[in-house]
Amino acid sequence: MNLVLSGESISKIEEILEKELLKNGVKHAFIVDASGNLITEQGELGMEDLLPLAALAAANFGATERMANIIGERDFTLLFHKGRECNIHFCRMNLDFILVTIFNNDVPVGLIRLGSSRATEKMLPMLTA
Amino acid sequence: MAFIDMKRKEIQSKLVYYGPGRGGKTTNVLHLFRTMSKQVCGKMVTIDTRGDRTLFFDFLPLSVGKIMDLTIRIQVYTVPGQIVYSDTRKLVLRGVDGVVFVADALKIQQQQNIESIRDLAENLKGEKLDIHSLPLVLQYNKFDLAGTSIPTLSVEELEYDLNRDLGVPYFKASAIKGVGVYETLREVSKRMIRNITQKLREGQY
Repeated sequence: MNLVLSGESISKIEEILEKELLKNGVKHAFIVDASGNLITEQGELGMEDLLPLAALAAANFGATERMANIIGERDFTLLFHKGRECNIHFCRMNLDFILVTIFNNDVPVGLIRLGSSRATEKMLPMLTA
Repeated sequence: MAFIDMKRKEIQSKLVYYGPGRGGKTTNVLHLFRTMSKQVCGKMVTIDTRGDRTLFFDFLPLSVGKIMDLTIRIQVYTVPGQIVYSDTRKLVLRGVDGVVFVADALKIQQQQNIESIRDLAENLKGEKLDIHSLPLVLQYNKFDLAGTSIPTLSVEELEYDLNRDLGVPYFKASAIKGVGVYETLREVSKRMIRNITQKLREGQY
C-alpha cells in the first residue's frame, strides 16, 4: 500500500481522535497500517514508546488473523487486552488500518467501542481517498 | 510500502533482515542498537524464546537523515529463520520496502541459505513484489571464521548459490564483531531511498 497524507488530512484526523476518544478519557489513540507504519497519533505517550507499540500492534493483528483463519473466520475486527490498571483496545478500520486506543479502568470499554466506531466512520474516507 | 506524512515531513519505510536460522540477523540489528546514537535509533523490541532464538521478530526504528526536506525513518525488522515459522515471515514481510539477506558462511549451512533465499522470493511474490526489483543487499556473515578449522563457504560459492541470478551488491561481514554491518545498512538504505524518491517523482504515491 502506497500512502501520502497531506498536513490538512492529518490535522483533521487528529481532531477526530481528540473529539471522539481523548475527550472521553482515553490516554492515547493512534492509527497503524498493516505494515506497522504509525500513521497518526494523539495523547500522552512519547514517540519512543509509540513506534514499537505500532509495530507490535500490527503484528498482533496479523497473528490473530491467522488464528481467525484456522477457526473459519476471515479476521477478528477487534481485540482487547485488559491490564490491572491500563488496557488496550484494537479496532480494525478496514483491511489496511487499525485504530489502537489505550485507556485506564475508569473508562468503560463500551465508550471506547462507540468512540472507535464513530471515529473510524469519519476518518476512513480521508485515509482511503 | 512507505508512508509519507506531510504534516511531520517524514517518510516511514520498512527494512527486513531475512535469512536462515542462526545466521546473524538479530546480531546485525543488536550491533546497530548498541553502537548508534540514541538520537538516531529508538527502542529495540525483541520477541524471542528462552533459547534466544527469534520467535516473532526484532524491531528497531532508525532515523537516517533527510531527503527532499523529508526525514527518513527506517523501521528495521528481522524474521525468525527456522523453517517452521513461515507464516511469521510472511507477516513481517507485509509492506516491505527493502531486504538484507543475511547468508551464513558456514559450509554446513549451504543448503539452508539456498532454501531461505527461495523462500524469500516466494514470500515476496505473495506480497506482489519481485525479488529482482526490490531494493536488496546480500550479506555473507561469519567471515571471521574463514581460515579457522571450521569449514566455511568461499565468496565464489556464496555468489554462485545466491547471487548469480540476482546480481545485487554483497558484503562480507562478521556481525558479532560489527564488521560489514554498517556497510550493508548504508547500501540497502541508499537503494530504498532511491526507490521511494523515484516513485515520488513518478507520482506513484
